[in-house]
Amino acid sequence: MSSTAYEVVIVGAGIVGAACADEFALRGMRVAVVDRDVVGSGATAAGMGHIVVMDDSEAQFALTRYSQRLWQALRPELPADVEYEQCGTIWVAADEEEMAEVQRKHGYYTRLGVPTTVLDSQALKRLEPNLRAGLAGGLLVPEDAVLYPPCAARFMMERAHKSGTQLVSGSVAEIGQGRVRMSEGIEIAGEIIVNAAGAWSSELTPGIEIKKRKGHLVITDRYPGFLRHQLVELGYLKSAHSVSSDSVAFNVQPRRTGQILIGSSRQYGAEQKDVDHDILRRMLQRAQEYMPGLGSMSAVRTWTGFRAATPDKLPLIGPCPGDTSLFLATGHEGLGITTSLATARILVDGITDAKAEIPIEPYLPSRGWKESVHA
Amino acid sequence: MAAAVRTAECGVRVGIVDDNATFGGQIWRGGTPDGDAVKWHGLLRDADVTKLYGKRVFHQPEAEVLLAEGADDICELRYTNLVVATGARERFLPFPGWTLPNVMGAGGLQAMVKSGLPIRGKRVVVAGTGPLLLVVAAYLRKHGAEIPIICEQASWSSLARFGAALFGYPDKISQGRQLRKELAGVPFVANSWPLAAHGGQSLESVTISRSGKTDVIPCDYLACGFHLVPNVELPLLLGCQIRGGYVQVDDFQQTSVKRVFCAGEPTAIGGVELALVEGQIAGLAAAEETAEARKLFGERRKARRFAALLDRTFRLRPDLKDLPSAETIVCRCEDVPYSRLQEHRSWRAAKLQTRCGMGPCQGRVCGPATQFLFQWNPDSVRPPVFPVRVESLAGVGKSGE
Amino acid sequence: MPSSQSRSMPSPVTLSVNGSPVAVPAGATVAVAVAMAGKACRTSVSGEPRGPLCGMGICFECRVSINGRRHCRSCQIVCEPGMEVKTEVKANG
Repeated sequence: MSSTAYEVVIVGAGIVGAACADEFALRGMRVAVVDRDVVGSGATAAGMGHIVVMDDSEAQFALTRYSQRLWQALRPELPADVEYEQCGTIWVAADEEEMAEVQRKHGYYTRLGVPTTVLDSQALKRLEPNLRAGLAGGLLVPEDAVLYPPCAARFMMERAHKSGTQLVSGSVAEIGQGRVRMSEGIEIAGEIIVNAAGAWSSELTPGIEIKKRKGHLVITDRYPGFLRHQLVELGYLKSAHSVSSDSVAFNVQPRRTGQILIGSSRQYGAEQKDVDHDILRRMLQRAQEYMPGLGSMSAVRTWTGFRAATPDKLPLIGPCPGDTSLFLATGHEGLGITTSLATARILVDGITDAKAEIPIEPYLPSRGWKESVHA
Repeated sequence: MAAAVRTAECGVRVGIVDDNATFGGQIWRGGTPDGDAVKWHGLLRDADVTKLYGKRVFHQPEAEVLLAEGADDICELRYTNLVVATGARERFLPFPGWTLPNVMGAGGLQAMVKSGLPIRGKRVVVAGTGPLLLVVAAYLRKHGAEIPIICEQASWSSLARFGAALFGYPDKISQGRQLRKELAGVPFVANSWPLAAHGGQSLESVTISRSGKTDVIPCDYLACGFHLVPNVELPLLLGCQIRGGYVQVDDFQQTSVKRVFCAGEPTAIGGVELALVEGQIAGLAAAEETAEARKLFGERRKARRFAALLDRTFRLRPDLKDLPSAETIVCRCEDVPYSRLQEHRSWRAAKLQTRCGMGPCQGRVCGPATQFLFQWNPDSVRPPVFPVRVESLAGVGKSGE
Repeated sequence: MPSSQSRSMPSPVTLSVNGSPVAVPAGATVAVAVAMAGKACRTSVSGEPRGPLCGMGICFECRVSINGRRHCRSCQIVCEPGMEVKTEVKANG
């Protein structure tokens, strides 16, 4: 059994793992990243690539806002195939109740320095003419952006590689106690082991509560000019909040290619990758309710992905209780792309005893840790 | 068609569904003055078969149900037994200039002429591999095209062995003689393939390689196809076992999925005869007429030997892997050049990083090309197996059958 | 052998391609009409002119707009009188 030693071994070459590798490498550390598939192949490949500030909680806002700013700073270095586009988000309000939520968000973001604009029904129609008539309005968040995640993950891995980071291909059997044991027996030793395995994290670290939350997406052929902003219905929040039921919400994104990405859906307890026809139909019917013009568009592909969901909807970033070598960077649900950069900063700041730029307690794995769950 | 006719003869309720506007699929296209086509069209026309043309099957939402999209609606097809006869498509290989307008498949140009494209007086270079080249060249010539050359990449010795093996197939020999008559005076060259297509807004000339030397031939069209690949997307979606790229079937043409049968090119590229006999066996088996089906086993054995012969003869030579240059576009939907693909070690990595295979053709053109160039294997199939309207996926506008 | 057609040839169909009228034989596909108008069906994402490749509806190179609906596979659609066909000039927004 051969053994190689690194300062850091990261399991998972998705956007979070890649961001962490990039950050560790930037600080001069020797890093290995292990993945059984290609870079950016899990939720990173499947997701919408949205960079968005969210205000479900103070902690969620702090993390998303911090990370969004890091993306803005990184933007000039991103290659063209990352397709970074600051198209903004419009949270769409269908009725007066949702308009009240628009006002609340507007007040909250204004207090915290995030520029937003309240749109009435006419303004909404001017900005997005293909939305159906009769919507109440919306909230425009102009600093939100979209990008193409697999290429972003690759870019970060390549940067890390230039500083000596190694990418190791293979399945992982066990991690912890200063080593990663591969399925074929090889052990990779690391002073620091990072579990960035997304939806599969709890397979490697029993005791962390990560559940797969399945999503569906559809992409159309090219229809340039049909859609300008990422659009999300305010009902999305009801969907993201619900812990137990299957739900769909209207969520569309323009790609730089002119293709429209149509989502979104959330299901618990669905472990199969297969496209679920009923959920897909519901999702597309919902989308057509908001944008009838989608109906006659050519749908080229559909796919599914698994988000890594935690019980309190905040990721796990930091030391894992019970193992001084093990750290977690996982549980990002639908905000993996957005918060990948901040996750890496917080994690590495914590390990190198550098001062964190936002309070880290809400993301610590030790919150609500269940000591009893070990086989 | 064969399956539907034989099943209907057994008194079973049967329907046939096809994307094309009328019967005959890609080859017979609504009528060809060809003995087999005329015979089977007549049988189909008179048979008690529900015909659903202009409908593309795109999904199986639940067991024993298929969804098909038409011009303005979708229909739900409920079945007990299913015979999949999705045929084959041409294999395209990239080379510099292959994306120029008027560079088409061999079957592709023939289909266009059958659909009304004027070809009289036009110069057409025919290239690639397979018996389709000769059939197409003869057809085009009959419609007034000038064929300066037919370039077959197989070697003279492969072709000689093929010719010798045809002694077991008197039908093929007479077909061959007929073709030779129709192509009298047209240069046919083995060990030959296109190196590049040239032109501004459309094709003007082709450079070909013949036994190591190059030749530039001015022309209006290049009809170029490298034999056929089976359309196994729907069988894959249905969960059928695939082996070596073909759908695995038992003696009764049943796939690994109970009551799903497969006949014709998806099981092996063997041409019309094999398709007809497999179709009949599948139709009879679906109607549980196993004794009748067995009677056709001998004919099928013979036709399968021909399929194996075709496979051996028209194998692609490794030289063709050198055809694309760094800038040659391999994925035409997303304009991904060869050099970008060379950076990756798997279809999946290339797809995620370059978008190769993510376009509307769903990898039907670039998939076989990259399989040949890089030995990449495509990943699994998801619905829709064919692009459809969003509203069709949403289940809007449904009528049941 | 005499032709089996005892009736006269069906009359040509007239449709418009990019605003100009084109007459095609009855039963001809839209791809043929575009070819006879001397146009390429579409422009690729990197700006290349493209026309039909496979002729059987699987390559998607023959996509045009027909009566306002984008991304129609012209090789699979039979011309109807008065159809308005537009070739796709810009691939990306």
